[in-house]
Amino acid sequence: MTQSVPKIRIRNLSKSFGSNHVLRDVSMDVETGTSFVIIGGSGSGKSVLLRCILGLMVPDSGSIEIDGQNIFELSSAQRNEKLQQMGMLFQNAALFDSLPIWQNVAFALLYGHRKNKPKVSRHEAYDIACDVLKLVGLDPTMVSDLYPDELSGGMQKRVGLARAIASKPEIIFFDEPTTGLDPIMGAVIDELIKSCVDTLGSTAIAITHDMASAQRIGDHAAMLYKGELIWQGKAKDLLMTDNPYVHQFTHGLRQGPIKVETKVK
Amino acid sequence: MIRQISKPLVWVALLGRMVLSGVQEAGALALFALQGIINIFSPPFYWRIFVGSMINIGYLSLPVVALTALFSGGVIALQSYTGMAQYHVDSAIASIVVLAVTRELGPVLAGLMVAGRVGAAMAAEIGTMQVTNQIDALRTLSTNPIKYLVAPRLLAATIALPFLVIIADILGVLGGFTVSIMKLGFTPQGYIMATFNAVKPMDITIGLVKAGVFGFLIALMGCYHGYRSKGGAQGVGASTTAAVVAASILLLVFDYLLTDIFFSK
Repeated sequence: MTQSVPKIRIRNLSKSFGSNHVLRDVSMDVETGTSFVIIGGSGSGKSVLLRCILGLMVPDSGSIEIDGQNIFELSSAQRNEKLQQMGMLFQNAALFDSLPIWQNVAFALLYGHRKNKPKVSRHEAYDIACDVLKLVGLDPTMVSDLYPDELSGGMQKRVGLARAIASKPEIIFFDEPTTGLDPIMGAVIDELIKSCVDTLGSTAIAITHDMASAQRIGDHAAMLYKGELIWQGKAKDLLMTDNPYVHQFTHGLRQGPIKVETKVK
Repeated sequence: MIRQISKPLVWVALLGRMVLSGVQEAGALALFALQGIINIFSPPFYWRIFVGSMINIGYLSLPVVALTALFSGGVIALQSYTGMAQYHVDSAIASIVVLAVTRELGPVLAGLMVAGRVGAAMAAEIGTMQVTNQIDALRTLSTNPIKYLVAPRLLAATIALPFLVIIADILGVLGGFTVSIMKLGFTPQGYIMATFNAVKPMDITIGLVKAGVFGFLIALMGCYHGYRSKGGAQGVGASTTAAVVAASILLLVFDYLLTDIFFSK
């Protein structure tokens, strides 16, 4: 028993699509204000786990507690209130391509149905969007009126990050934040993530298969393999652990317990 | 599994599966429509999206609907003249044109044109948002996607189509008028008199009711098929086609049903 209630507590979470078990009995705790990195190969169930916590997907069994409340036992209004405290950076940024950058960043303030939050005028929303854009290292005078397709991939990621943190969420999710970026831009994004999470005091969950990124962002880490959490520990121990699966994955070895078929039988 | 059962049973199984998926589809569609309608009437309402859709559906469809109506009215005048001349009842042309246009051609042709123009665009836009995670992003920004994307479009189409049809009615009669005066040797006064004698307010009203129903169906099909898009560009293309085909067929079916209810007494 831990001394305080963890921000997110997941117990025995399972989800399958037909005969394909995507998550098996996943249990983990994320303490308030810490960053938790989940690593794992493609198709290991990382995205599904994230979507379950976000309430975009309903698991077959198990529980997810946020601040000690099981989100599946809440009414839909209460669940929406929980969702209101969360932000997410999508893998492809998923910016709204019909809206200019500043409206993307301020979207939750402008259009979101937020309970118990003061109404924000368009003018105030614009100012907030500009402040948040500065926070992620973008010059608002340059980008605020552009549309997402006029930005590079790295800039889109930054806008996505800005959008995720604009409503000051208590929990932020990152879905492969560095995928598709060059190593330098990846490091920049990681640094921005770290500093945003620290400034806001948010709890973060990131999924990634970028080892450098995992170590830069994470306090704690876990590895998901075929829907099971096979290792949990400190992020800095990722490269030192003697768990053969983690060792093979983090070092990118062809030989090991994880078999990848390259030939069709 | 199918191979193990005997031949006739295969067909029974196939029939069963088709019926089941048909019922499932109808249920999903009804639920979607219901959610859409409920979200029109529960706050918040997204006025900006509504006004944008009104402009797109109503104003920008004007040229294509106007041309269609103008030429259809003219063609009916020509065709009925060739038919009527041999019975020496060519005075009936004005009433044929005005009744055909207000009762049937106005709403149906405007509906089909808008289905091709707007229904397809809605399905493509919402479909692209679905396959690029933008709809998930809406949810994470405390915005109900049905309320934000579907409800304003349903309402806009339901309101915009009757207005389009009023214009189509006027231009359809104008088309018949022009042909009758220029080619068939009618006097303007006589033609206008005959038109006003033939048409009753009920004809126009029922045409407009039809238009409202068609508008709702077009937007419903566009949003529904867009919302259910899967699997990238091809999926979006498929749902665009499905939206136009389904809207056109439903429109003709409902045209028959409404005509049966209102005019067959």
